Amino acid sequence: MIRTENLTKTFALRKNQPPIQAVQNLTLEVKEGEVFGFLGPNGAGKTTTVRMLAALIRPTSGSAFINQFQIGRDDTQIRRSIGILTETPGMYERLSAEKNLSIYANLYDVADVKGQVEKYLRMLGLWNRRMDEVGSFSKGMRQKLAIARALLHEPRVLFLDEPTSGLDPEAAKLVRDFIEELKSEGRTIFLCTHNLDEADRLCDRIGIFKSRLIAVDTPANLRQRLFGRRVVFHLRALNPEWVETLRRFEFVKEVTPVDNRLLVRLDEPEQYNPVLIRKLVECGADLQFVGEIRHSLEDIYLQTLQAEE
Amino acid sequence: MLSFRHIRTIIDKEWAEVFKNKMVLFTIVLMPLLFTALPLIMLYVTTGSTIPGGDTADLPEMFLSVCGQMDSASCMQVYVINQFLILYMMLPLIIPITIAAYSIVGEKTTRSLEPLLATPISTEELLIGKALAAAIPAVGATWLCFFIFQILIPLTGASQQVRAYVLGPTWLLGVLVVGPLMAIAAVNFAIMVSSRVNDPRVAEQMAAILIVPVLALLFGQVAGLLVINQQLMLIVISALIAADALLIYLGARLFQRETILTRWK
Ligand SMILES: Nc1ncnc2c1ncn2[C@@H]1O[C@H](COP(=O)(O)OP(=O)(O)O)[C@@H](O)[C@H]1O
Ligand SMILES: [Mg+2]
Repeated sequence: MIRTENLTKTFALRKNQPPIQAVQNLTLEVKEGEVFGFLGPNGAGKTTTVRMLAALIRPTSGSAFINQFQIGRDDTQIRRSIGILTETPGMYERLSAEKNLSIYANLYDVADVKGQVEKYLRMLGLWNRRMDEVGSFSKGMRQKLAIARALLHEPRVLFLDEPTSGLDPEAAKLVRDFIEELKSEGRTIFLCTHNLDEADRLCDRIGIFKSRLIAVDTPANLRQRLFGRRVVFHLRALNPEWVETLRRFEFVKEVTPVDNRLLVRLDEPEQYNPVLIRKLVECGADLQFVGEIRHSLEDIYLQTLQAEE
Repeated sequence: MLSFRHIRTIIDKEWAEVFKNKMVLFTIVLMPLLFTALPLIMLYVTTGSTIPGGDTADLPEMFLSVCGQMDSASCMQVYVINQFLILYMMLPLIIPITIAAYSIVGEKTTRSLEPLLATPISTEELLIGKALAAAIPAVGATWLCFFIFQILIPLTGASQQVRAYVLGPTWLLGVLVVGPLMAIAAVNFAIMVSSRVNDPRVAEQMAAILIVPVLALLFGQVAGLLVINQQLMLIVISALIAADALLIYLGARLFQRETILTRWK
């Protein structure tokens, strides 16, 4: 669906200043129906990447394809086949919500302008406000309207550039729920964000990016790759001998006692936890809870970026 | 292939927005009204009053060729009214500058150009749409004013000779040909200026430099250095065609997706 090869963008705006390498050798593939999270700090080059993929600016070098269309060669077809939520909604403030959308429906050569505009105004809960000037809308409403605008021509590929940034939690949740809905319709979504929870919840795969692609994988694999997996056993009381008992299993990589808990690092807890539990019970341990320690995506993200520097 | 649907949509959008702006509306409505009323009042005041001491001898010598067989009172009036032809040439400059400056700077400050550029519209369609949206009201208003002026002129009591003169080749060329050419220059120049500044009023003022050559014609005639006649009109038209070609070229170069998104500040 989306494929890039050594995509690079350098801005050389002022003379006698070093050029800014906004995107360097980005090679990436996003499959049909996938939600791909493009995660990076401010200034990482996310917007620049989206602009290149949306055929708005030319790459300095490298190539990219949306479906069979190549950027730089089939730009009009690319613009026709994708939907984009730009970083700022950029609505016509003096015009009504309906007028804003019908302008775009016409520019996208939508056949049933009225029908599509109504469909998306209703879907995003803006139908009752359709006659109002967008200038009177809250930030969340504008963002919803901008999402509607990106969908009028029913694109199969969607670029969303920080869809929830600057929204209050309630509006952000509405937008996120809507993205899940879009995902369930099988659309391919390229989601730029610096919100880690969002990426964790919505994305099938995540690319951690800062000018260069640092890591790319599913959220679960990223966790495992960086930290392995850890299981915690809560006990009524801890007998220090049990630490040694557990260490004797060859699949156990590390055991750390903390207060009345045992932290165990191992690769396949699904398979080996029952063995450990049985052993502990045999030794007379009063087992209260067993759980997996999940690293937050934040840890992964910070760790990855740190490793980079 | 240009898509007329895209161009029509842009024009429709520009008008929907622009006519909600009071400053712009003010310029588009008030200026033409003023420019229609002034020459009529001037004619009315000067008719029959045979301007005391007024005599064709006071006119620049060069100008007498314009009058030909006219009586001296009519020649006097033609001289006065000829200055107003300049106003008719300024209207299609000022109106598009105002519309284009507000439109482009407005799109810049609300950042509405990026989603627009992400649609399948071509930059040519977008530029043509914007240019027509600014030029059509300007030329329309100018022509309407000229039409009203022609209808009301008998009420001023101006002589048949004067009336024939303002429907003669000099005026027709000025209003029908120079006007649209001025509008084209104005739109492209306004786009160039607007890409650099972030206040529509500043853009307007800077783009108003274009008025200088027009004013030069006016003062040239008053000072007796030139005469606004058919030949001069043809020269002005040739110069404008060259200027338009240059300005369209420069405007179109600035109006590219990448340039708009990365260089317009
Ligand atoms: N038009 C431009 N001219 C010069 N530098 C730019 C331009 N656009 C982006 N940049 C630079 O490229 C880098 C990446 O920016 P951007 O893509 O906006 O990052 P992000 O969207 O991840 O916050 C930044 O250092 C930014 O300053
Ligand atoms: Mg960004």
